[in-house]
Amino acid sequence: MDPDSGEDDMPDRASPGRAGGHLLHVLYEVQQRLRHIPRDAICDVADRLGLPMSQVESVVDFYAFFSRTPRGRYDILFSTCTSCGHVHGETDLLQVLCERLGVAAGQTRADGLVSIGTTSCVGMCDQGPAALVNGVPLIGLDVGRLGDVAERVEAGSPLADWPGEWFDVEDHVHRPGLLLATPWQDGAAIRASLDAGPEAMLAEITRSGLRGRGGAGFGTGMKWQFCRQADAGERIVVCNADEGEPGTFKDRVLLTGHADVMFEGMTVCAHVIGARRGFVYLRGEYRYLLPALTETLARRRQAGLLGAGILGRDGFDFDIEIIVGAGAYICGEESALIESMEEKRGIPRIRPPFPVTHGYLGLPTVVNNVETLAAAAAIAVNGADWFAAQGTDQSKGSKLLSISGDCAAPGIYEYAFGVTMRQILDDCGANEAQAVQVGGPAGTLIGPADFERRLAFEDLATGGSLMVYGRQWDLLDVIRNFARFFVHESCGFCTPCRVGTSLLRNALGKIGRGHGTHYDVEEMRRVAALVKRRSHCGLGQTAPNPILDLLARFPGVIEVYLAHGGFEPYFDLDASLEEARQLSHRSDAEAHLR
Amino acid sequence: MSTAGKGGTITIDGRGIPFEAGQTVMDAALAAGIYIPHLCHRPGLTPHGSCRLCTVEVGGRNAAACTLPASDGMRVDSDTVALNAVRKTITQMLFVEGNHLCPGCEKSGDCTLQAVAYHLGMLDGHFPQFYPRREVDASHPDIVLDRDRCILCELCVRASREIDGKNVFAISGRGIHASLIVNAPSGRLVDTDIEVTDLAAHICPVGAILLKGHGFEVPIGQRTFDIHRVSETDRERLPLVRPDHVDDE
Repeated sequence: MDPDSGEDDMPDRASPGRAGGHLLHVLYEVQQRLRHIPRDAICDVADRLGLPMSQVESVVDFYAFFSRTPRGRYDILFSTCTSCGHVHGETDLLQVLCERLGVAAGQTRADGLVSIGTTSCVGMCDQGPAALVNGVPLIGLDVGRLGDVAERVEAGSPLADWPGEWFDVEDHVHRPGLLLATPWQDGAAIRASLDAGPEAMLAEITRSGLRGRGGAGFGTGMKWQFCRQADAGERIVVCNADEGEPGTFKDRVLLTGHADVMFEGMTVCAHVIGARRGFVYLRGEYRYLLPALTETLARRRQAGLLGAGILGRDGFDFDIEIIVGAGAYICGEESALIESMEEKRGIPRIRPPFPVTHGYLGLPTVVNNVETLAAAAAIAVNGADWFAAQGTDQSKGSKLLSISGDCAAPGIYEYAFGVTMRQILDDCGANEAQAVQVGGPAGTLIGPADFERRLAFEDLATGGSLMVYGRQWDLLDVIRNFARFFVHESCGFCTPCRVGTSLLRNALGKIGRGHGTHYDVEEMRRVAALVKRRSHCGLGQTAPNPILDLLARFPGVIEVYLAHGGFEPYFDLDASLEEARQLSHRSDAEAHLR
Repeated sequence: MSTAGKGGTITIDGRGIPFEAGQTVMDAALAAGIYIPHLCHRPGLTPHGSCRLCTVEVGGRNAAACTLPASDGMRVDSDTVALNAVRKTITQMLFVEGNHLCPGCEKSGDCTLQAVAYHLGMLDGHFPQFYPRREVDASHPDIVLDRDRCILCELCVRASREIDGKNVFAISGRGIHASLIVNAPSGRLVDTDIEVTDLAAHICPVGAILLKGHGFEVPIGQRTFDIHRVSETDRERLPLVRPDHVDDE
């Protein structure tokens, strides 16, 4: 984009095939300006962008950061994550702030000054309890700091005047490894790819054994090859920077300190598959990184590492744009991400066809995780052998872990695949762990009996989230938190996940309130198995994991909550009449059944 | 990875049936007179794969028959005790997430959801009702939109776009709050370009989109599923066209 063009309506090439800006960006602007997106604004945007009104409305209602009713001038959204969320020990920080500011959770104060709500994990799990204030992460929250926040909100103080340390997100890299410790020079990977040629570079990536770092672990070389082979006039590279798995923040650190490596990985991929356009899909929670990323892209264009004739090579034209999401975990799924890029709700597509043959705008598209692309760039420079020297048979190289929860030093740890959980817990100072959630709520819940297991695709797979739970946790609270997360993030497309996630949350709630019996446990198990087996996409297929893991590995946790030891459903008629007694102001013997 | 390929033979529950290039398992099954329960599928419209009632297993792996491309030698399990139990549970999910009160519904007897429920031996909703609060849109003089009964199958969405050549309906929102909306500045059906002659006004498998002024014309006992079984696969072979063709202006 040319900063000197002087036009208000600069064509935004991220929007599919027309001027006017990407729908998500236009709606973000409206939300910021009006604090909500009313119906007339929807009509206006639809008109301006030439989109059906129903498409704009459906997008507004899909993404969590858009609202149909006015939010406050200070819109504060607390993370619900168990690591960076608002429930901190005995204290509910959200309630603390609500009381200080005289506003109910989920509501906007009558004077329109402030609204307080919740949002899924904001990726600040190593920064203390966190919230987004007008989209910007506010970290290290405690009762004291919230008191100061409340004062500044009441005073109408602009965010720019708030203490910088409240927003100063630091990279806590405690253990750099293969990727983070190896020196990097801009342009080196592109030069290596140009020297080798696309075919040899593809062979090198394939030989390295690199697998997707987002969690699914598909072979990167194979993915690039399928895309390269697809018959099409144009191909697309997409960097999936939508890390939304609660407890994950390793891409945030890569995007902050290693964006060049990631962009260069995209450029190498473009060279291999023959793409001219690349996109970074950045999660809305990381919008605060946008200025620095845009600057990095500009610098790379200046240096001849992006744009027309990269590094003087005629015909090697490639450029990258950034699309910012608006709060939807499902958009981390590659085909939902592509739908979102196409200005629609993030609904996972039916596969086949796969994105490598029919992706963005129907074009063959490679979608790779931030870490995967960074690793690809490093492999291009240092070679497949350098990479494959670390790791296990089926899991080559290293993995960045975002470690949070009850440990002495939360932050980023890079390990060669094959490391034991015990080693990781020792290194981060988690001495009292009763359980670890590996790979986020969609991953695996393990206890001490499994701490000798190894981190690898063939054993404990993870996209990078590792949340430690000390003795003070009631694991049922943890699992209920995860169940609520999946209800909130289910896209609603298929019946098993849309309805099943709610049924599972309700079942856990009933058990948690002491109204469950073995019957409810078995019902929950049956629904969990159905949702896991029959859902359309990976979200539904993994949503029941925490429940099934809890039942399998920590049966005692639920046992103590059961109303009795039998299978008969529990029903306390007398207790159920309590509300009626209160309404009729009666508590005499006649108003009781026992 | 191509879905084109050639035709061939698949087996469904041990019975060999032919398929043509490009057909899904559902297409091949319906052509052979084999019923696989479904709600969001209708031959002639783009397969959707959202209701998951047509869940089948191929080599133990789960798939929706309506979106699964048939390939030669594929062995499909469909009419099994386990899969029908799964389908019954999914149907119960659809019942409890909405507000389905069959005795008072004009669609009773003509309703595919109800018929599928009977087919699967469903006797109750099983799960606690969600009792969602959903909006009724009676703004249109001829057509009423009762979202209480909507199962989000998107048949109307697709019929409007693919057959009527319009874009009247869409699904909005997310998760359990997803809902059917219409494409109009007011958000009301009366302000869309829907007409009674549109297929979208007739295709709803439940009672979410109903024509006004036609209440109980056919007595209970003589309705579609009083006379036919939902498993009669030739029921749906009617061509999908706008009932009343109008030439372009």
